[in-house]
Amino acid sequence: MNSSLERSRRIRTIGIYAFFVVGCVIMIFPFVWMFLTSFKTVEESMRIPPNILPESWQVDNFKDAMASLPFLALYKNTALMVFWRVVCAVVFSSMAGYAFAKLNFKGKNLMFSLVLVQMMLPSQIFITPQYQMLAKFGLTNTIFALVFPGIVSAFGTFFLRQAYMGIPDEIAEAAYLDGCNQWQTFVKVMAPLTKASMAALAVFTAVFAYGDLMWPLIVNTDLNMMTLSSGLATLRGQFSTNFPVMMAGSLLAMIPMVVLYLFFQKQFIEGVAMTGGK
Amino acid sequence: MANVTAKTSKHAKSESRWAYIMVAPTVIGLLVLNIYPFLETIVMSFSKTRPFGLFELQGIENYLEMFTSAEFWRANLNTLYFCILTVPLGLFLSLVVAVMLNAKIKGRTFFRAVFFLPMVVAPAAVAMVWKWMFNTEYGIINTLFHSGISWITDPNVVMVTCAIVAIWSAIGYDAVLLLSGLQNISKSYYEAASLDGATKLQQFFYITLPMVSPTLFVVMIMRLMSSIKVYDLIYMLVEESNPALTKAQSLMYLFYRESFITGNRGLGSSVVIWTVAVIGLVTVVQFWGQKKWVNYEV
Repeated sequence: MNSSLERSRRIRTIGIYAFFVVGCVIMIFPFVWMFLTSFKTVEESMRIPPNILPESWQVDNFKDAMASLPFLALYKNTALMVFWRVVCAVVFSSMAGYAFAKLNFKGKNLMFSLVLVQMMLPSQIFITPQYQMLAKFGLTNTIFALVFPGIVSAFGTFFLRQAYMGIPDEIAEAAYLDGCNQWQTFVKVMAPLTKASMAALAVFTAVFAYGDLMWPLIVNTDLNMMTLSSGLATLRGQFSTNFPVMMAGSLLAMIPMVVLYLFFQKQFIEGVAMTGGK
Repeated sequence: MANVTAKTSKHAKSESRWAYIMVAPTVIGLLVLNIYPFLETIVMSFSKTRPFGLFELQGIENYLEMFTSAEFWRANLNTLYFCILTVPLGLFLSLVVAVMLNAKIKGRTFFRAVFFLPMVVAPAAVAMVWKWMFNTEYGIINTLFHSGISWITDPNVVMVTCAIVAIWSAIGYDAVLLLSGLQNISKSYYEAASLDGATKLQQFFYITLPMVSPTLFVVMIMRLMSSIKVYDLIYMLVEESNPALTKAQSLMYLFYRESFITGNRGLGSSVVIWTVAVIGLVTVVQFWGQKKWVNYEV
């Protein structure tokens, strides 16, 4: 009895591992193939049957990709866009989330309904007018343009309001009795208590800002002001048949985020799980 | 006593003053970045597009043009087809992965991280490698299966290709969300069930599925909404010169092309308003339908 139970448990464990091995191959293979192709010549990449490993690990594709796209500028633009979007989302959403959760003021419900309306509408409905505003003031092809739609985050406000609602009022009251004013109570006492939520919002904002394609494509058409995503779209147009160069470009574009992910894997996944459902 | 009231009202005044300062960036931002653009998009959808970003209010001409356009209806069908291909299968696979990740085995953190990987890679880069692997002549997929399918350029296949890439990209994200739902299920249910002799499969259908249904519902809504709004993957896989474009163009791709390539922002605005209406309708139907299968009694 006991040994048969043991055996069925072992079979199940083997089954689960088999599932994961197949799953991991499917998930990882595209990246491996991207990596291997990026070191092959065009002629070699088209060989049938294909070489698995490149004959000689040559880096010309990376040189070609970097010659047609200003990768240093793309890294800088993407990093600045992500950085400012994260800062804006976390700072402004914390302030508003705290006020909506803990303070009383006239017009609170009306103002909060603005947050809900924004959350319900897909971002594409704002894009054309947002672009026209920037174009009118001559602000296209700037870092500001890339950050623009992310200056406020309705989702972030909603999310951090939830976090502040989970903190007992007594804590804020105690801080107030100790002589803190509202701002000090918020900055010194309450905000630090939402660290995990702020981190989750930061990760969520960063991941989606980094992957955003339509907005950077529309607003920054100057090659030197593009992001990695919109730069790749341009590369696709230039080298439509030269796949090794495109793989090299894609690899260069994904490396920063993947490296960050390798180090902060747990924070990434938990951050996204916490903000989940948006 | 009077002193106390005076103090509280002073407190209340300072409280609301701080509150206004703290919500100001968000509220002003929402008005400028979202509420005003939302209204302007509605106005634009009823306007004729003039050069230099100018508009002239007309009437329902854009909508008439849109509703009589074969390309528009094709885009609706394409989007619907994409949702049918990705949402049920994607949810099913994500649930399977989540259940597997919930098993007590070594290395689950690693497996979770692997499935999640596509999320941190920009969709643009993901689409590039799949485009290469799906290449008709030299792609690894046709080589591997000794097939000659034109994955990207055959109008009848292209949406299936897009759906495969979309499911592959989203599976880890959805599984992570579902996993947090699974982890909230108390172990005592499973213990009681196995004492009663329930098999693992029975446990899945009578315990796991009903208990995870609220999370499953949230993930489904989210996946459905983002499938209706699909743009970036298809844009990267199927460029403008691709003969299969008409069979792959989603509503948001059409919106992008009308607004920013053709330059007819009035018509583009009608398309986006239509999409919002569709999303709204689908959401209402979902919330109404959830009563039949989502279990909120714990």
